Amino acid sequence: MGIGIQSAAYIVATILFILSLGGLRDQESAKRAIWYGIVGMALAVLATIFGPGVQNVFLIVIAIAAGGFAGWYVAGKVQMTEMPQLVAALHSFVGLAAVFIGLNAELMLQGVMDLKSAGAIPPPGADLAVVPGGIPPIPADADLTGFGELLWMKDAVEVAILKVEVFLGIFIGAVTFTGSVIAFGKLAGKVDGKPSKLPGGHMLNLGALILCLILGLLYFNGAGIWTILLVAIIAGFIGYHLIMGIGGADMPVVVSMLNSYSGWAAAAIGFTLGNDLLIVTGALVGSSGAILSYIMCKAMNRKFVSVILGGFGGTSGPQMEMEGEMVAIQVDGVASALEEADSVIIVPGYGMAVAQAQQAVSELTKKLRDQGKNVRFAIHPVAGRLPGHMNVLLAEARVPYDIVLEMDEINDDFKDTDVVIIIGSNDIVNPAANDDPNSPIAGMPVLHVWEAKQVFVSKRGQGTGYSGIENPLFFKENTRMLYGDAKESVNSLLQKL
Amino acid sequence: MKFGAIGEHQESEARVALTPASAEQLKKLGHDCVIQAGAGAKADFTDEMYREAGVEVLDSADAVFEAADVVAKVRPPSEAEVDKLREGQTLISFFYPAENEELMKKAADKGATLIAMDMVPRISRAQKMDALSSMANIAGYRAVIEAANNFGRFLTGQVTAAGKVPPAKILIVGAGVAGLAAIGTATSLGAIVRAFDVRPETAEQIESMGAEFLFLDFDDNGGSGEGGYAAPSSPEFREKQLALFLEQAPDVDIVITTALIPNREAPELWTEEMVRAMKPGSVIVDLAAEKGGNCKMTQKDKRIVTDNGVVIIGYTDFPSRMAKQSSTLYATNVRHMMADLTPEKDGKVNHNMDDQVIRDSTIAHGGEVTWPPPKRESPSPAKPKQEKKKEKTPEEKRADEVAAFKAQTQSQVGLLAVGAILMFLIGAYAPESFMSHFIVFALACFVGFQVIWGVAHSLHTPLMAVTNAISGIVILGALLQIGSGNWLVVILSLIAVVIASINIVGGFLVTRRMLAMFVKS
Repeated sequence: MGIGIQSAAYIVATILFILSLGGLRDQESAKRAIWYGIVGMALAVLATIFGPGVQNVFLIVIAIAAGGFAGWYVAGKVQMTEMPQLVAALHSFVGLAAVFIGLNAELMLQGVMDLKSAGAIPPPGADLAVVPGGIPPIPADADLTGFGELLWMKDAVEVAILKVEVFLGIFIGAVTFTGSVIAFGKLAGKVDGKPSKLPGGHMLNLGALILCLILGLLYFNGAGIWTILLVAIIAGFIGYHLIMGIGGADMPVVVSMLNSYSGWAAAAIGFTLGNDLLIVTGALVGSSGAILSYIMCKAMNRKFVSVILGGFGGTSGPQMEMEGEMVAIQVDGVASALEEADSVIIVPGYGMAVAQAQQAVSELTKKLRDQGKNVRFAIHPVAGRLPGHMNVLLAEARVPYDIVLEMDEINDDFKDTDVVIIIGSNDIVNPAANDDPNSPIAGMPVLHVWEAKQVFVSKRGQGTGYSGIENPLFFKENTRMLYGDAKESVNSLLQKL
Repeated sequence: MKFGAIGEHQESEARVALTPASAEQLKKLGHDCVIQAGAGAKADFTDEMYREAGVEVLDSADAVFEAADVVAKVRPPSEAEVDKLREGQTLISFFYPAENEELMKKAADKGATLIAMDMVPRISRAQKMDALSSMANIAGYRAVIEAANNFGRFLTGQVTAAGKVPPAKILIVGAGVAGLAAIGTATSLGAIVRAFDVRPETAEQIESMGAEFLFLDFDDNGGSGEGGYAAPSSPEFREKQLALFLEQAPDVDIVITTALIPNREAPELWTEEMVRAMKPGSVIVDLAAEKGGNCKMTQKDKRIVTDNGVVIIGYTDFPSRMAKQSSTLYATNVRHMMADLTPEKDGKVNHNMDDQVIRDSTIAHGGEVTWPPPKRESPSPAKPKQEKKKEKTPEEKRADEVAAFKAQTQSQVGLLAVGAILMFLIGAYAPESFMSHFIVFALACFVGFQVIWGVAHSLHTPLMAVTNAISGIVILGALLQIGSGNWLVVILSLIAVVIASINIVGGFLVTRRMLAMFVKS
């Protein structure tokens, strides 16, 4: 296969990728769009394998088969509630791959350089014709791959730029790798979700970053591969420390941020290899992640920087004192309120995912809808631990997506609603965001559930939850607390109806 | 202080402002009560009953005016009665100040204080003195009773050995206090009740009373006016409303109209055409007869029968027809007013003009006319919002838009300029081969930003999964390196290929799984 056909395949793949992302504008076209992505990827990989300059095809096929099988196995087995962990884990792979490829690039660059300097003293009998530009032709016995040839053709300035690209690729890749591993650990509950920092906090990160830059400068000046290896290790530490310092409630931002990083890492690798397809795809993924982070930050009314720097910032005074008390209720009370209600809105949160209650909630929805009640779902943009997390869970439980509404679509309807059921969400229904300027979440747009006639909160206990903020909603007169595991509560509610 | 009640000068008025029960309550406030002899007779309160309650019975109205510091009655005072007021004396009654300005002025000139029970503001705290509502409640009840009295059939449906009786269909126009009371009475008598009101928020109240709300599909919720009354409606709305009524006319047996707007002639809602469309024997009760009637065929204080056999009742004295009940309620309202006037319960009237309820009800005080009361902001929370929205004129909106557009343009141009300068800087130093890739990179970022904004919120998780799969494209880098002669490079790229393929396959498959789950109902 010639280089021309390969380029053509890359162009087609690029367009298919763009279409596959653009197709996600609604659920129906998304089902088609995914195939665009798959076909594009297959084209790109095949065109590369059978293109010029690739060897060891046998090894490649084995590696792809092994990786593909692992991917197929994981994708088939993963539970929908575990999506955040899976996405984080997959990000770490991209980061790690980027680090390896960057190291390879450096190794090969050295090899080619050695060859070049050897070629500078012409071996006896070699063809001394010199190509314009001062670069000698590749010796026939040098066993160079496609990328090696490319390296051979580079002049001094281009090599310098290449080194910058290798540095960036490795740095971003390493941050993405360890950051994603920690994010995975936190989401899977294997690492404590609370923010924790080593002494020195962000100054430590800053110091590490400066160290990386110094090492990078040494590397540009030809200090050898150890510098870049050190960069990888230190960047890995930055990724670890950065994500450790971010609380569990900010995970939607973190995951989309890592998504973005994995894209930029791919783009940096694309520059290193001079491969436009990699650059385009990396840029697409990178900007996608950046926009998602922006949307998530906006939904929480937080500055991106303050999320990254971890912890809640901007508290300027004591929080509002809580008045009244939380009033508990039994399942019977909720059931009779539901019997009388005409309109019901369910607000799911991470607690629903933890308790795996989505099936039960779906059944409840079906039962109420069969009784002619108007049942809808209100989804806050940062509900759950991943953008769109709740939508996926509800879709898994076969809740029709046209009754699952966004915050802006449904917020005005709460005042005409008889019953609101809150299942495992807390901050996104906290009225303090509106009323209390001293609250850490002041100004964050929240669902106005308290405007409904009655609010039932399904919650495990009286605690303040992930972010540690008191929720005045629980103390309101029209709020009743239904303590217990969400799944069990909803199931016993189903029996009473 | 002495609280006195006098009889009414109209022959048709049977109500009285003081009952034995309210007199006992007034005594607890420290007031002594006097009453004109025979004032309560028509409401079945004998002088003996008053005496038992400790009320001094005086011979004439003049004697009461002489003795009492506060005089109470039901209907607005006559000129002669106002003449009898002296300086510092208080008169409590319905007054309708808009219609009786001269009398009001006269009383003010004499230095007397007038408290108009019809001016009590419609706020929650003043509900216990809202005599208009308590009278309207009675009027609504009595309207149904009068209608039933003039209607030749049962109101409820029955299946008897002698045949089946269909239930009567009653249409109630206007769901104020009177309308709602009428709905309650009519439904409890077994009739099928439909009701209409221009204020859409009454639908819930109507349905809660057991009637069917006649829904008018009209895109204008401006039906509500000041103080919970309906506002005058637009001609288009009126037309639709009349069409709706015309449709109902041949079907309903009894129509009760209760539509009144303060200080205006009653709106015509039941036209002659509708009356003619009704079945013979049907009954119309027009509670707005006092102000000209919602039906123009209504004759005030009369019961007439039209050519096609429809009975139209235009009585204006429904509360007076149930004098005992209405006197009890009215006397209680007046007693609550007195309680507010004597906050210390020491028998001393403290006319506090800073109190909103007292301020609004007082129409003459200290030698001056104090009507109309100062405007206050509506206490209902829903309204200020609407008004706020309306406050912005089209010009202001336009100005806002222009300003926003300018700010956007500025920030966009600024960003573009910074970006361009950055590009020039890079271009000045970087070689051409790099720049060609850089162009691709910049364009791809741009395309990415444009495309991703369109993605639905609910698909953000699939978006992350699919971008994840796509970022597995780094596999290409590993593929290009795997043929290197260096064994370390081969191993590293082999690992990279494996994990990148996990990414690609896993990402795409899991996305497909998720998307397949989204179902439409």
